[in-house]
Amino acid sequence: MKQKKKSFSAVIGISVLLLFVILLENISALIPGLPQVFQPTSPLFTVLKKAAVYSLVAVSMNLLNGFTGLFSLGQAGFMLLGAYTYAILMVPADQKEQVYYLFGGCAFDSSLMDVLGKLFGTSGAGGAVSMILSCLIALILAGCVAGVFAYLIGIPVLRLKSDYLAIATLGFAEILRAIFQWQKLGKVTNGANMIKGFPTFSSFNITNSSGQIVLRLSTFVPFLIVSLCIVLIVLLINSSYGRAFKSVRDDEVAAEAMGINLFRHKMLSFVISSFFAGVGGALFAMYVANAQAKAFTSVMTYEILLIVVIGGIGSVSGSVLATFLYVACSEWWLRFLDSEQYIGGFKVPLLRNGFRMVIFSIVIMVIVLFFSQGIMGSNEINIGALLNRFKKKERKQ
Amino acid sequence: MGNALRLENVTMQFGGVVSVNNLSLEVPEKKIIALIGPNGAGKTTAFNCITGVYQPTNGLIEFMGKPIVRNHPTGKAAKSYKGQNEDKYKNEAVLSPTPDEITGMGIARTFQNIRLWKSMTVFENVLIAKHQHAKQTVFSAVFRGNLAEEKRMRDETMALLEEQGLDIYKDELAVSLPYGLQRRLEIARALATKPKLLLLDEPAAGMNPQETIELADFVRQIRKKYDLTVFLIEHHMDLVMNISDYIYVIDFGSEIARGIPEEVQNNKHVIEAYLGVAEEAENE
Repeated sequence: MKQKKKSFSAVIGISVLLLFVILLENISALIPGLPQVFQPTSPLFTVLKKAAVYSLVAVSMNLLNGFTGLFSLGQAGFMLLGAYTYAILMVPADQKEQVYYLFGGCAFDSSLMDVLGKLFGTSGAGGAVSMILSCLIALILAGCVAGVFAYLIGIPVLRLKSDYLAIATLGFAEILRAIFQWQKLGKVTNGANMIKGFPTFSSFNITNSSGQIVLRLSTFVPFLIVSLCIVLIVLLINSSYGRAFKSVRDDEVAAEAMGINLFRHKMLSFVISSFFAGVGGALFAMYVANAQAKAFTSVMTYEILLIVVIGGIGSVSGSVLATFLYVACSEWWLRFLDSEQYIGGFKVPLLRNGFRMVIFSIVIMVIVLFFSQGIMGSNEINIGALLNRFKKKERKQ
Repeated sequence: MGNALRLENVTMQFGGVVSVNNLSLEVPEKKIIALIGPNGAGKTTAFNCITGVYQPTNGLIEFMGKPIVRNHPTGKAAKSYKGQNEDKYKNEAVLSPTPDEITGMGIARTFQNIRLWKSMTVFENVLIAKHQHAKQTVFSAVFRGNLAEEKRMRDETMALLEEQGLDIYKDELAVSLPYGLQRRLEIARALATKPKLLLLDEPAAGMNPQETIELADFVRQIRKKYDLTVFLIEHHMDLVMNISDYIYVIDFGSEIARGIPEEVQNNKHVIEAYLGVAEEAENE
């Protein structure tokens, strides 16, 4: 009964959030004369999109590092696999010549979208259906490719412990990056050049016949997909398997003695985490509108690791919260520090290009010093408990 | 009645050190059998061989009449092997199950230094031990297609906690319990795996005399209630003499005596092993 009430309020919460995102996106069209922040070109939406994508990867990394206790640094590698799978599958046939011009065309003639386009038609409602469907299939396949690679690499690597596992997975990610830049594979991966021309988030905006945008959905779509994925991860964590993962994290010897197959459960967590990292990578490709191996460096993994640590290892809501704060700080709120600012006639000292990163590092250090367990520790945000606390306060007054 | 557990010529050698040397013993069904010996005698190593944590260098372990662990020294281990009977199992297949497979067969254990899952509540600690018998897959677990099974697991856990008198602590963190109750919880967790044989590794370590007496009653009760065989390692002589049906004594990895409590108590070798040889005492 309690469980049902909880899941019901979670569904309501997520629906409200998604509706709010749609409203936020389209508010500038409904009410003219709003401040610049609400215009479609505002950094607000860049931050929201990027943070949504990153939060999925952060949660997937938390599943592995925080809930199963496997210190893996291969997340960027699995994102790369996902991004390339999505990109290769989704570049439309008529764009291929242009994208792969250095290699004289692509190894595959048609794309997923063309195949489905033949079934449903390419324009109007049929075109929309074929695009949405092919996007979904490509996203799932992106996750599956990452999952399969995780399984294969997991067989030798998951026998390693802590730091050694981190080194091995980091090496794996770097190898993948090198392979995808290899010129000989150019007909598939386009070598070191970027693959583009596939549907991105803005392809989901609904336009009228003259090409004007009627309803913006480009921020809503990543929010929808990411929240669906995070709900699945949370359901897994709260199931019997999630508890088994936690027992492996707390004490491997005891877990094994209580009948939990260590290798199987570690593998399961590794594959599932990589699946969602792959989906996250595909979403990242949609966000930046290209797929390029150069983007998926180990720095990206560290960024995500930082987010997980700041949010609290073992807290899903902490990871999500930390992602939005992190991305907002690095992309938006601290931008003003990079350019010269004047207050009245007074020039603020120190502000110049690159100063943002100094402040950003100090902020992170302060957070780590004062919240040594991360913002949330291993707790979750509990809206019901928060509401109850407010109610109690009101009663006291 | 047959033997629940039988060890035959079990030798465990780490490099040049023989921790368990040619140990053979029998644990008859529905009995409480003790393995005692001074510190460093190899008792816990013997347990770890039975539960699959270590693979013995040589020897055979049978559970309920079926061989579960079997090995013989090969390669480098054969060259440095110091034990006996290295040819006895040479022509038979090597069996080395992992600890979770052993637990699945019906052998559950507790640990000398309590190993509860720290971040979890008392209830969750016992609930996880039910995971191995659950028939669910990842998909049915994520999409909640297994609500009936989940409910059954929770009900069984609750019943077990009530029986052990731990139900009032069910939502507390396992590590916040007093020491004696942590021991009891560890036994409850082992019982949750539905064992036929329960291995207790120094269950009375760190307990006062009163708690030790209670523990003896408790072990007898659960033996009866769950129709178990109990095999325990212990240092507290009071407890061992009080509850064991039969005792094996080992020192430096080898058996030095066996018998019913009274016999062992008066055995010369046992007294020597525990108190030292008389001459040595004079020399000091």
